[in-house]
Amino acid sequence: MLISLKEISKVYHMEEVDVPALRCVTTNIDTGEFVAIMGHSGSGKSTLLNLLGCLDRPDSGTYLLDDKEVSRLSSDELALIRNQKIGFVFQNFNLLARTSALENVELPLYYGPKISGAERQERARALLTRVGLENRLGHHPGQLSGGQQQRVAIARALVNQPPLILADEPTGNLDSRSADDIMALFQELNREGITIVMVTHEPDIARYAKRVIQMKDGEIV
Amino acid sequence: MTGLITIRIAMRALVRNKTRSLLTALGIIIGIAAVIAVVAVGQGASVTMRNQISSMGNNLLLIFPGSQKAGGFHGGAGTQQTLTAEDGDAILRECPMVQAMSPMVRAGGQCIYRENDWATSVQGVNVQYQEVRSWDMASGSFFTESDVRSASRVCVLGQTVAENLFQGEDPLNQTIRIKNMPFRVVGVMTKKGSAAWGQDQDDTIIAPWTTVRRVLQNSPFNNVNQLMMSLVSMDTLPAAKDEISKILRQRHRLNPGTDDDFTITDMTEVTQMITQVSSLMTMLLTIIASISLAVGGIGIMNIMLVAVSERTREIGLRLAVGARRRDILMQFLAEAVALSGAGGIIGIGLGISVANIVAKVNHWPVMISASAILLALTFSAGVGIFFGFYPAWRAARLNPIESLRRE
Repeated sequence: MLISLKEISKVYHMEEVDVPALRCVTTNIDTGEFVAIMGHSGSGKSTLLNLLGCLDRPDSGTYLLDDKEVSRLSSDELALIRNQKIGFVFQNFNLLARTSALENVELPLYYGPKISGAERQERARALLTRVGLENRLGHHPGQLSGGQQQRVAIARALVNQPPLILADEPTGNLDSRSADDIMALFQELNREGITIVMVTHEPDIARYAKRVIQMKDGEIV
Repeated sequence: MTGLITIRIAMRALVRNKTRSLLTALGIIIGIAAVIAVVAVGQGASVTMRNQISSMGNNLLLIFPGSQKAGGFHGGAGTQQTLTAEDGDAILRECPMVQAMSPMVRAGGQCIYRENDWATSVQGVNVQYQEVRSWDMASGSFFTESDVRSASRVCVLGQTVAENLFQGEDPLNQTIRIKNMPFRVVGVMTKKGSAAWGQDQDDTIIAPWTTVRRVLQNSPFNNVNQLMMSLVSMDTLPAAKDEISKILRQRHRLNPGTDDDFTITDMTEVTQMITQVSSLMTMLLTIIASISLAVGGIGIMNIMLVAVSERTREIGLRLAVGARRRDILMQFLAEAVALSGAGGIIGIGLGISVANIVAKVNHWPVMISASAILLALTFSAGVGIFFGFYPAWRAARLNPIESLRRE
């Protein structure tokens, strides 16, 4: 079991009004799964993804990631978990502007255990080759197409060899052809054993996943 | 994250915005450059002044006759004629703190050598004058004890007089005429330069005081314009002044309660004045430096706040891929310190060049002290830390989820 959520609740406090984002969510995700979380905006799917990504902490409930309780860890401990166990892929890629693809992929390595500059480069180069961008190492994000930028972002997510990839609308900014390419890449990674959890509102994209979690009003339906 | 990488990332961020970084650092550059330049020039000037004072002679003490009181009116200083060369001899004999003594009689007049003439002052002194003024011979020799005793018509020339009267010729053993009296030149003094108040000390002729008194002033009396003496050590200055005063009062038969008929002055007042001026300058400089560094620091703080809000998404991303809040804090702090530190280094370079130009124009020595440079560097880095901390703290406190959503 990679992820085990038990009775997770989260409430956002907005100017005297409490908005419940997650109500007592309980679910498990096994190692090697490819899960799509679907739902309308406000259904709590983004909140769930943020909690899974250790970017936020639940108000109550327990979250076991890789058999470790992470919902009560300090912010430094969470940072290390994000660095080592989780790879993020965003809708708007979030690459550093005017920075080469190689250096963008290297970024998470700066915040992990110390490794040499040569090894850092070697690992980044290997991953960019893995996603088919071996000829674009020195290109800046502005010189790359949307699909290529997302590939750089995926390489960055993989650079610390995490067991889990969290993707937030990864194809939201892509044309359908690039979207299909990216999803094919995800399927390939999944086949190699990486667990993928993806938030999307497009049924076409959700179809690439092995399992779909539907959310509504902060609950899994 | 290691320190070296933090610095490299900071430098890269600054290079990415070259113009902005340069403009931001300009406040620090100008502040540091101003301080370095003024300190260098100021110290140079102060050293020049000190050199001029010590060129007067070592541990110098001057005694002038007092003012004369006749019929209820005070004359000016030096109007009394009570101070004599014998007084000086007595002081030298009785006061062991005095190392050397020379009386001084001043006359002036036109000097002529062949077709050249030159108006200058003639100083009548004794053989110890050389020691009192610590003044060496360039050529020839000083006049002798017997020259003084017999009031011989011999003289020694200052460099300025030698140049103007002889214009390249060797003056030794030539005869010049002072106020139409023939004098034999026995020596030429080395160049001493201008005094603290700008007077050319080399524009003078030195002769036995007896000769000046008897021949040039035509006077049978032994009273003198001033007594110059050098002390064994400057530490004994107050004690020496006391004792000299006692000896003179006794010799002049002054009753207790009456005023001195002489004045003793030394160079400490001038030295004190220079010290005062330089400490005032240091204070002013400190104020200017503080203000300009504060202004520069505020500029850095401002631009760092802009950078933090511009790069909110980058901060969110770094947090998401595993940066700790401390890493973000250090990154922005390093950027601020790199900015102010680079400003400091450029400022030091600029300051040194400006000081050299000013020094060249004014013929001053430049004194660039290592301590001033070290202090400037420390301060500029300190400014970076102080004014960079708040923006860096704001960056480190950002919520990663909201930062990532920021457009």
